[in-house]
Amino acid sequence: MKKEFIKGMQHGIPIGLGYLAVSFSLGVAAKNAGLTAFQGFMASLLNNASAGEYAGFTVIAANASYLEMVLMTLIANARYLLMSCSLSQKFAPDTPLGHRLLVGFDVTDEIFGITITRPGALNPYYTYGAMAIATPCWAVGTALGVIAGNMLPLRAVSALSVALFGMFLAVIIPPARKNRVVAVFVLISFLASFAAANLPYISSLSGGTRTIILTVVISAIAAALFPVKEEEKKA
Amino acid sequence: MTHNIYAYLAIMSAVTYAIRVLPLTLIRRQIKNRFLRSFLYYVPYVTLAVMTFPAIIDATQSPVAGAAALVIGITAAWLGAGLFPVSVSCCVVVFIIEFILCR
Repeated sequence: MKKEFIKGMQHGIPIGLGYLAVSFSLGVAAKNAGLTAFQGFMASLLNNASAGEYAGFTVIAANASYLEMVLMTLIANARYLLMSCSLSQKFAPDTPLGHRLLVGFDVTDEIFGITITRPGALNPYYTYGAMAIATPCWAVGTALGVIAGNMLPLRAVSALSVALFGMFLAVIIPPARKNRVVAVFVLISFLASFAAANLPYISSLSGGTRTIILTVVISAIAAALFPVKEEEKKA
Repeated sequence: MTHNIYAYLAIMSAVTYAIRVLPLTLIRRQIKNRFLRSFLYYVPYVTLAVMTFPAIIDATQSPVAGAAALVIGITAAWLGAGLFPVSVSCCVVVFIIEFILCR
């Protein structure tokens, strides 16, 4: 139990360092949406989601409806639903509810990645160790982004603001390289998003609404035309 | 009407947690529906792609720098660089290009 926790902490260090840098740029986005450092800290502590939080901040910045916040969060975090479905298979069947509730708090790309690739049934203490390092880094980095985003020169903020997009690219490009269908649909998504931002009528919708509509439509088309084969499900 | 930021954050956090924890507590076997599985498989790539472009070009002071960051980020990720190196190379490219362009 203790050994697994320490192992998890060790594996959580590189993740935490990456989080610190990326969440800083998330903090800049939070600041632009009008959040204080404390609100940014709380958002990251409670959400542990890059794309989800970024999407949420755009909803806040637009002063959009609470319903839009619900839909936006659902869409932007839909991949965690998939990861949790996959992770649910890794639990020993007799794992108590408490462990399931706690592990579920921090299903991120990285924590999921190291947890699912551990041999054998899921040991929650390993995941807790990684969470103990990674979660505070994510929250503190966001708060620092809100604070220092004010003090840094404009040029530095401009450079840091693309860190988050860089992370998004690091998530979507490697699978696109392996799977041509994913690559084509990433390209289609870029083009459709660009078109939606510039076309009359559609461009007057908020960015969040456009993201929701485009994601549902494009993913549904992809799923209908190119259903995923069984062996690809773990990709 | 103005909305409360804490209400936004509460909604956001509750939905995010529900998405993560419901499958862990409710689903004890694999999802069988092929369309649903495929839809869930494609959603992350599509939504991240939609959020990245053209937003990355508007995020920087100079659109050229944002476009360069997009190209470098895709290239670095394509060549197998991890999350952190890809992020950093995007930042460095923007910094260098804006250093030259926006004096």
